Parts: sequence; C-alpha cells; structure tokens
Amino acid sequence: MADEQRGVSEPAKPALWRRPAVRSLFFQLLLIAGIGFFGYTIFQNTLHNMQQRGISTGFGFLNSEAGFGILMTLIPFDETYTYGRTFLVGLLNTLLVASLGIIFATIIGFIMGVSRLSRNWIISRLATVYIEVFRNIPLLLQIMFWYFAVLRPLPGPRQSMIFNDTLFLNNRGLYMPSPIYEQGFWLVVVALLVAIVAAVLVARWAHKRQEATGQPFHTVYAAIGLVLGLPLLTFLMMGSPLSWDMPVLQRFNMGGGMVVIPELAALLVALSIYTGTFIAEAVRSGILAVSHGQTEAAHALGLRPGPTLRLVIIPQALRVIIPQLTSQYLNLTKNSSLATAIGYPDLVAVFAGTTLNQTGQAVEVIAMTMAVYLAISLSISLFMNWYNKRIQLVER
Amino acid sequence: MSVHTPHPDMPPPILNVGVLGWLRSNLFSSPLHSALSLFAIYLLYLTVPPMISWVFLEATWVGDSREACAGGGGACWVFVKVRINQFMYGFFPESEYWRINLAFGLLIVLAIPLFIKRFQSKGKLAIFILVVYPIITFQLFSGGNFGLTHVETSRWGGLSLTLILAGVGIVASLPLGIVLALGRRSKMPIVKSVSVVFIEFWRGVPLITVLFMSSVMLPLFLPEGTNFDKLLRAMIGIALFQSAYMAEVVRGGLAAIPKGQYEAAEALGLSYWKSMGLIILPQALKLVIPGIVNTFIALFKDTTLVLIIGLFDLLAIIQQAFADPDWLGYSIEGYVFAASIFWVFCFSMSRYSMSLEKKLHTGHAR
Repeated sequence: MADEQRGVSEPAKPALWRRPAVRSLFFQLLLIAGIGFFGYTIFQNTLHNMQQRGISTGFGFLNSEAGFGILMTLIPFDETYTYGRTFLVGLLNTLLVASLGIIFATIIGFIMGVSRLSRNWIISRLATVYIEVFRNIPLLLQIMFWYFAVLRPLPGPRQSMIFNDTLFLNNRGLYMPSPIYEQGFWLVVVALLVAIVAAVLVARWAHKRQEATGQPFHTVYAAIGLVLGLPLLTFLMMGSPLSWDMPVLQRFNMGGGMVVIPELAALLVALSIYTGTFIAEAVRSGILAVSHGQTEAAHALGLRPGPTLRLVIIPQALRVIIPQLTSQYLNLTKNSSLATAIGYPDLVAVFAGTTLNQTGQAVEVIAMTMAVYLAISLSISLFMNWYNKRIQLVER
Repeated sequence: MSVHTPHPDMPPPILNVGVLGWLRSNLFSSPLHSALSLFAIYLLYLTVPPMISWVFLEATWVGDSREACAGGGGACWVFVKVRINQFMYGFFPESEYWRINLAFGLLIVLAIPLFIKRFQSKGKLAIFILVVYPIITFQLFSGGNFGLTHVETSRWGGLSLTLILAGVGIVASLPLGIVLALGRRSKMPIVKSVSVVFIEFWRGVPLITVLFMSSVMLPLFLPEGTNFDKLLRAMIGIALFQSAYMAEVVRGGLAAIPKGQYEAAEALGLSYWKSMGLIILPQALKLVIPGIVNTFIALFKDTTLVLIIGLFDLLAIIQQAFADPDWLGYSIEGYVFAASIFWVFCFSMSRYSMSLEKKLHTGHAR
C-alpha cells in the first residue's frame, strides 16, 4: 500500500531557496546589484574628484589648439592644429608601424618556421636558436636595445654609413631615395589595377575550363605576366614618368629623399623579430599538424611534390596557421604601443601621453585610446569567428 | 661435401655512414642544401667568434671603475659588477638585504619538496606557499612590524621587484582566471555576459594602456584622500589583465573535457562547486598546463612594462644606470645582462612546462 501511495503522490517540492531557477535568479540579481553599486561609487568618486581638481568633463578639449609638435606625422600637423588632430596623427602612426611590422614579421616567421623543419641540420638548428632566444626576451628590452644601444650611438650625418650612394644610415635615421611621380604616372596605376582585374578574370575562366574539360592552364604565369607586364609597358610608353629624389649630405644634415626615423626603425626591427618567433612556431605547428598520410596519399594519386604542397599540404596547414597568425597580428598591433618607451609618436605616446598630460582629461583620453584598440581587436575576432566557421572540418 | 660459407658482408659505402654519411644526409643532400649550409657556416663564422671574444675572451671582469675597462676590446662586465646590488635589490637599504635574501631563500626551501616524488602532502604545502608565504614575504619586504624597519615601496626595485610583480600576478591571476572561465561557461546569462565582457575588454587593450589607466585613472575612481600605492596599482592592473588571458586558457581546458564527465559528476549528486573542484578542474587544468605556463612566461616578460609608469624593475634600474656620467656608453653590457636573466627565467619555465606535460600525460589526451 505504501508503495502505491508513493507512486501516485507528487514528489515533495523542494523548498523555494533550493530550486535551481530561483537560486540562479538570486545570484544574478546579486551580481547586478554588486556591479551597479561598484559602478555608481566609481562614477560618483570620479565626478567628485574631477570637480575638486577643476577638470572639466566632455570631449570639448578635442577642438582646442594642441600647441606641441610631433616628431613624425603622416598628415600635415604643427602646433596650431587641435588635440583631435593629435589623435588622428597618433592613430595613423600606430597603423603604419603595425602594418609594416605585420609584413616583416610574416616574412621572417614563415622563413624561420619552414627552416626549423628543414632536413638541413644547420639551418634547422639556426632557426631553433633564433626562436628560442628571441621569444624568451621581453619585447620592451629588445626595443630599447635596438634604439638605445644600436641606432642611437650611430655616427652623425657626416660619418653616415653609405650603401651604394643611395642609402645613408646615421643617428638621424635611414635616408632613402623617395619617388617623384611625374605627369602621366597615374596611367601606370590604372594599368596595374586593370591588370589585377584581368588576372582575376583569367583565373576564374581557367578554373571553369579545368572543371569542364580537365585542361589545366598556366594561371600563375599568366597572372604574373599581366600584373608585371601591363604596368611596365604603360610605364615605358609614357616615357618613364618617375624619378627619384636622392638623399644628399648637406653641411650639417641630410637633404632630400625620405627618412625612416630611428624610433620607427628600432620599433619595427624589434616587433618583427619578436613576433616572427611566434609566427614561426605557428607555421611549424601547422605544417606538423598535417599528417604524413596526406603526403603519401597525394603521391599515390600521382601528384608531384609541387602540386602536393600547393593543393594538399598548404590548404590544410593554413587551417591551423591562420587563427594563430591573426592572434599574433593582433598582439603585434597591441605591442606597438610600447613605442612610448622610445618616443615613437604612436597613439599611446602622443595621445595618452602628451595630450593627456597637457589637458588632464584622463578619463576621456584613456577611454578613446582603449576604444581604438578594442575596436581593432573585436573586429579581428569577429572575422576570426566567421573564418573558423567557414573552414571547420565537416566530419561524418 | 663442402659447407656453404656465405661471403662476409661488404662494408657499407663509406659515404653513407659515419661522419661523412651524416654530413652528406644532413648538410649536403642536394646542391641547394649544400649552398644553404655553406652560407649558414659562413654566417656563423662571421658572427660567433667575435661574439664569444666580446663576451668572454676580451672582456674585462676585474676592477671597480671605468678605468679598468679602458684597454679591453670586449665587454666591460665591471659595469654590471659594480652595480649588481642595485640591479638585484633596487634602492633597498643595504643593511636590510638579508630580508630579501631570506624571503627568496624561504621560497626555494619551501618549493624543493614539491619536486620530491615521495613527499606526501604536496597540496597542503602548495596552499601554504600560495596563501601564507606571500604574507611573510610582504612582512619581510615592507617591514614595520616585529622590529623590522619600514621600507617604502618606492625603494623596492631591481630583480626582486620583477619577481614580486610576477609572483603577485601569478598568484592573483590564476584563481581569478578560473572563476572567469567558469563564469564564461555558466548557464546563467548575466554571469556569462559579465564574464565575456570582462575577458574581452582586458584582452582587447594593450597592457600599457591598462597601466596608464591604473596610474592615472584609479586615483580618480577612489574616494578623495585615499592614497593608493603606485606599486599596488601596477599589481592590480597586471593581475586583472593577465586573469583575462588565464581565463581563456582555462576555458580551453574546460571545453576539452568530455560531456560525460560533467554528467557523471551530476549523477553522483555532487554540487556545482564540488563537481568542478573534484572532477572537472583537476582534469581541465592538467590539460592546459602548457598554456598556463605560457601565460606565466608572458606575464614575466610583461612586468618590464612597469618602467613606463616609473617603477624600477630590473630593466628600468639597468636603464637608469646608463645615465650615470661615470659609466656612459656601456648600454650593450647592461642590456645583454638583463636579457640573459630574463632569458634564463623564461627558458627554464618553458622547459619545465614541457617536462610537466610529459609527466602528467596519462594517456587519454589526444
């Protein structure tokens, strides 16, 4: 009888505070209340402190005159421009060093990553030593080494190290010839664009034809020929509308040409070498992740080593490499903020440094600076999520 | 009947065995590889002998002033020797160096049993090191009690400050990171979104801006009149920053645990915290030990950034030694010294993580 009764009766409801839903609601409300209280206190304190110190709030300061010069600017800038302009100058300098660094680090990283797997003993050892040495030394130390110990002590312009009469290296920077575009050069640019479009179209057509008839086409050679040949032809037809402004040694300084300031050079060298080690490791792990069976299967199908690498190994290795690569690019961009230690005028040095010190608008300036980096990294991670979804292996 | 005796084996071709064979297969297997090898050997010939002679053979090791280095063509290690106390202890009063030595000596003594296989209560000892030891160290460094003279944090510096920053960062960021990782995988929507926002925020900004924020904005956040120690502010910044990275590493481990483990823990009737603490986390953390150590290495390297907000860690104190008018022009020696110290720490950490990974590998990890 007792059993029957137990069978029909409803199980006793747990007490209210034991129900998972109630508990989770309670804890979450507690969390919200805690965060809200925390935020409110900070907000009140900040407001109060800023009033006490006579700091005005808001972004009005962006429109007032900056009154300081900047070492290197990609857009016109002098003392009369506004604080808002300093933000832009710093941002552009950050983007410049980040994009150049990404290019160099990728080149170094791929070469070193492949070298580490090389069958050549000495080459793979050299790559290993490079990776193990440079990734275990703090980046800031490397930046300061290149700047204070290598580039700063270089001789002055009079004793420049001269390469081939075109490159001058001294303590003011690396002087290079700068191109002067003469009349008609725009046609060369147009030709280049046309060639790129044409190459893409040719590649599509070749792909379609191979799908349909099985006949391969030398897409690569055709594309190289188009992209190099067409602009070159235009260039020659227009009568070589390009000349070089050579750097020359003047009495006390260099004149002409364009210059890579030592701050930029040191930052670039250190960032590329440091990030290169991580990219090399990413490349190595990517290649190792493709099992040897894939190579053997490709060979069994009759593919030669070249196509095996291009069609079988690399596409699979990239699946592993690219996510790591993007996160390294992101790190490089964030690490470029170390520029402030050697005075390269990047976003942090110019805006969160000088502008903040002059205006005292700590909250606004830091918030804007962080927002820039956040925007960059969030957009990259959105892209990564999309990419990861796209390339995910679809298994049975 | 003649017995057939096989002809003795011919020796292998001389070019395929021994040194020659090794050289042929590893260095000169093809014309391209030969060229590369020769190029690399030439490169080594150009760089290594001068480097060795600069660092060791022609370097000046003895003496106590700049004059000692006048004749030598190599490195002037006298510069480092003269200032080694400052590099290690910062501006700590010389009579109190024993306190720093004692603190780090104690750590070494305490840590040794952790590496002894037969020592039983490793867990208790680890908890002691993580909870009680920091308090002892703080007392030793700061003083003020037990008859020790008080030493301002502004006088801490050098390698000891670097180690303190790294230690605090490690001790604070690991538990915080675990909590954040659990939060990010939580089923409660608000807890989850708070964790996600927190993690993504700190991971999205460079450490420098975090340090700027902690040095410029933190004083604004606090009630008027609260004076916050500069070192403490840097520590908070570093701990929050690293905890976000730690959280992502731990999350990777949590995601790798098969769902059956979660279900089995629930089926046993364990509460959330018990199932996490006894079933899930021990497995998950074991899986991600390499990631955790990598985060520690990154943290150790990142401590150098505090020089930008005016703390004197190892790099900063070496950097300011260059400004000494008696010792101008010895920056390379200083940087090489700093680099080798950082390198030894980071490299041994990464090797340790590799050996740990092998030791803890129990076979089911793919």
